Amino acid sequence: MASLSDILISFFLVVAGVFGLVGSFGLVKLKDTMQRIHAPTKATTLGVGGVLIASMLYFTLVKGSFSFHELLISLFLFITAPITANFIAKTHLTKHVPEEDLPESEQTYGWAVYNDPPE
Amino acid sequence: MIETALVFAMGCFGLGLLFCLWRMLRGPGLADRILALDTMVINVISLLVLYGIKEGTAVYYEAAMLVAMVGFVSTVAYCRFVLRGDIIE
Amino acid sequence: MTARLFPHPLLSLVLVVVWLGLVNKVTPGNVLLGAILGVAVPILTSPYWPNRPRISSPLRAVEYALVVLWDIIVANVQVALIILFKPNARIHSHWITVPLELTSAEAITVLAGTITMTPGTVSVTFSADIHSILVHCLHTDDPDTVRANIKGRYEGRLKEIFE
Repeated sequence: MASLSDILISFFLVVAGVFGLVGSFGLVKLKDTMQRIHAPTKATTLGVGGVLIASMLYFTLVKGSFSFHELLISLFLFITAPITANFIAKTHLTKHVPEEDLPESEQTYGWAVYNDPPE
Repeated sequence: MIETALVFAMGCFGLGLLFCLWRMLRGPGLADRILALDTMVINVISLLVLYGIKEGTAVYYEAAMLVAMVGFVSTVAYCRFVLRGDIIE
Repeated sequence: MTARLFPHPLLSLVLVVVWLGLVNKVTPGNVLLGAILGVAVPILTSPYWPNRPRISSPLRAVEYALVVLWDIIVANVQVALIILFKPNARIHSHWITVPLELTSAEAITVLAGTITMTPGTVSVTFSADIHSILVHCLHTDDPDTVRANIKGRYEGRLKEIFE
């Protein structure tokens, strides 16, 4: 008879695995680079998050040694994921997208990727 | 039960790594390759943590933490190099 | 005096918590070492971060974090469903321009991060004078709703927290 903690940990592991796989699958399936940036930044965050929660539960409930180590990795990933996504999007814009393809900035100055900021 | 779920999750992330590898080889743009590398790093972090659960030791967290940090810095460095032609100005 | 010793009180607190997380054991010695780091690091790095952002209502900040956390989970499920079950031809991606009312750099950074982490949107770049932000939306049929959602749900709350 599986205990409640076993079921909980297995649930998080399976959810994490599915989301991680979907995130990477999105990289292959989606057609446009900008669309592909969405896949890893979202699906993978929950993937890694699920694994880390499962590991935290495992070491706390099964091994009996309280562990909050994993929160640091998830926090680190939550902070850095938007930054890397932003950098990759900017790289894509400068290399492959002409300024005319983007909508107007509706301001006096254009987008910062193409225009220098005012002094 | 946990054992089965572990194997399933490891399989998922391993397959994810292969998807990323395919995207990295195919391209077509620089941004795609950097994105694929970044996703690979995230998958590797998950695999390391999963292996840590499987072995029942906490040693692998240090490795996962370091991979996370190195992965972030390297992604930013790649992008900066493409954007500015220089990493440290 | 307190301002010189603790240029960023919140940063000090975060450093202590991060240190305790890294060693993964709460003992008096670790708390002391963490406290030393929490005092030393902000003083050493204060020249790089001269202004002191104020959080006027910490309770609203906690509420904001919970709202964002919930939205991240919803966003994950939505994006996963789009990736798995929507044929590529029926995914309508849009560029959206969102005009900004926020002025403090910290608030705008948090907003950009939030947009990237939540439902089907990625923040890409700013206009050169930082008065609007360019957002890419994975799938929507109605860009105006997305814009209103970002402004109402996140920007309004951030305005209350930081200004």
